Amino acid sequence: MDIRELQGYASFFMTIFLVVMLYWYIVHLYRSEKRGERDYEKYGNIALDDEITSTPVEDKPASQRDYTEKNK
Amino acid sequence: MQSNATLEYDYSLAKKFTFLTILFGILGMLVGTLIAAQLAFPELNYLLGEYGTFSRLRPVHTNTVIFGFTVSGIFATWFYFGQRVLKVSMAESKFLMVVGNIQFWLYFIGALLATISLIFGVTASKEYAQYEWPFDIVVVLVWVLWGINIMGLIGIRREKALYISVWYYLACFLGIAMLYLFNNMAIPTYFVTEGLGNPLHAVSMYAGTNDALVQWWYGHNAVAFGFTVPIVGMIYYFLPKESGQAIYSYKLSLLSFWGLMFVYLWAGSHHLLWSTVPDWMQTMGSAFSVVLILPSWGSAINMLLTMKGEWNQLTDNPLIKFMVLASTFYMLSTIEGPIQAIKSVNAIAHFTDWIPGHVHDGVLGWVVFMIMAAIFHMAPRMFKREIYSKKLMESQFWLQTTAVVLYFTSMWIAGITQGMMWRAVDEYGNLMYSFIDTVAVLHPYYMIRALSGVMYLTGFLMFAYNIFKTMTAGKELTAEPQFRTPMA
Repeated sequence: MDIRELQGYASFFMTIFLVVMLYWYIVHLYRSEKRGERDYEKYGNIALDDEITSTPVEDKPASQRDYTEKNK
Repeated sequence: MQSNATLEYDYSLAKKFTFLTILFGILGMLVGTLIAAQLAFPELNYLLGEYGTFSRLRPVHTNTVIFGFTVSGIFATWFYFGQRVLKVSMAESKFLMVVGNIQFWLYFIGALLATISLIFGVTASKEYAQYEWPFDIVVVLVWVLWGINIMGLIGIRREKALYISVWYYLACFLGIAMLYLFNNMAIPTYFVTEGLGNPLHAVSMYAGTNDALVQWWYGHNAVAFGFTVPIVGMIYYFLPKESGQAIYSYKLSLLSFWGLMFVYLWAGSHHLLWSTVPDWMQTMGSAFSVVLILPSWGSAINMLLTMKGEWNQLTDNPLIKFMVLASTFYMLSTIEGPIQAIKSVNAIAHFTDWIPGHVHDGVLGWVVFMIMAAIFHMAPRMFKREIYSKKLMESQFWLQTTAVVLYFTSMWIAGITQGMMWRAVDEYGNLMYSFIDTVAVLHPYYMIRALSGVMYLTGFLMFAYNIFKTMTAGKELTAEPQFRTPMA
């Protein structure tokens, strides 16, 4: 098998891998909302309520948020 | 960080980049209109000797509208909404302000010198990558400074979740950095040999087909990460903010973001269909271009659905009209591009006027409309005055919309006519037309394009005048408007 054939296989399998990842991401988005771990739609308010004095929609970094604690 | 009791957002950098956006917009579109007229009336090539020919001015037009107008617009909007969605003021970090100001001056001076260099014929001869190596270094420095500012502002933010527009701007930063560096890899021979070649010139590290592949991986993705990704980021902030409606589906915005990132990078080889690149790569370019419809329309539909139940705003607020038209043109050009990338269609479309037609319904209808809408939205907040004239804005909208329609319809007809005439053969298999026959047939369409250029440029000058009058004579505002932009 020469390098060109290898490149062909690598490209094909990487595409399949990335497609699977993308579909997994859709499932992940909906599943984490269904389980109540995360409400993605609330992030839409970041643009609407963007005064410097407004309360942040999320005031803890990702590593300290509740849903991660629940999962531990 | 200081207490936020007396803090305000600092728009000084957003204002500076807004001025540059308008300046480079006028320059780029003026040259564009001139070269469109040169194609219709070739005598216009000889107005300024060698400095005014089509071949000198075409790169000036493309580079000024891409790296001058659009990139300034990206910087201006970043320095405006970046603070707002991260809920942190630029004024809270002296370091970031200094870095931002260095970025501004380096960019302004670098862009002017680079434009002058193109007029003098100093060019790397790669499309949209014509700047020679010293200017490439300035571009890299400016980009790194902008990166420091993005990361710095993210580093001191109060809002811990990154709004979707920030993701898009991060992708723009990383994407352009990667593309620009790799495509512009070149050796300045004068310095590495004993003075061979011109000191300003460098020789590409790639040759032949590889050079073409890298070039179109760059060229296509410069459209992706310069004309698509940051403009989607813009509309995801400005449309919800102006209409007072949150994005229709935040999840869809995340999904189409990753979809776009995944698919766009593979589509560049559609620029090399029917050329000497491997057949599988051409097929891959075609296939990914067609798949690209999904994430593009995912974003566009999300923008339009954001207006669900609020379509009345389209009639009362011209700014909403600008943004809805922009997303509609985004849909049009993202269906047109994949159609052109189908191999059999490309056999007719390639090298014809349909291609600049496609580019311009994307940039004039989508990119410029969105950047102008963003500036209209920012101006009353930055200058604390209401928009000088709603009527002028309405007339500008209709004038420019008509101009875009004239541009792309004339180029559709011209392109398909050209493609069919080039291929036409008589019963003996001889070509039926010579090149000049096509030129004679296309002349009326070239005139329509030149006219549409004049109309679009006039509209842009009306926009610049409206912003200038807003700054100087608009009615003063006592409080910052929350959603709808006030206009007289």
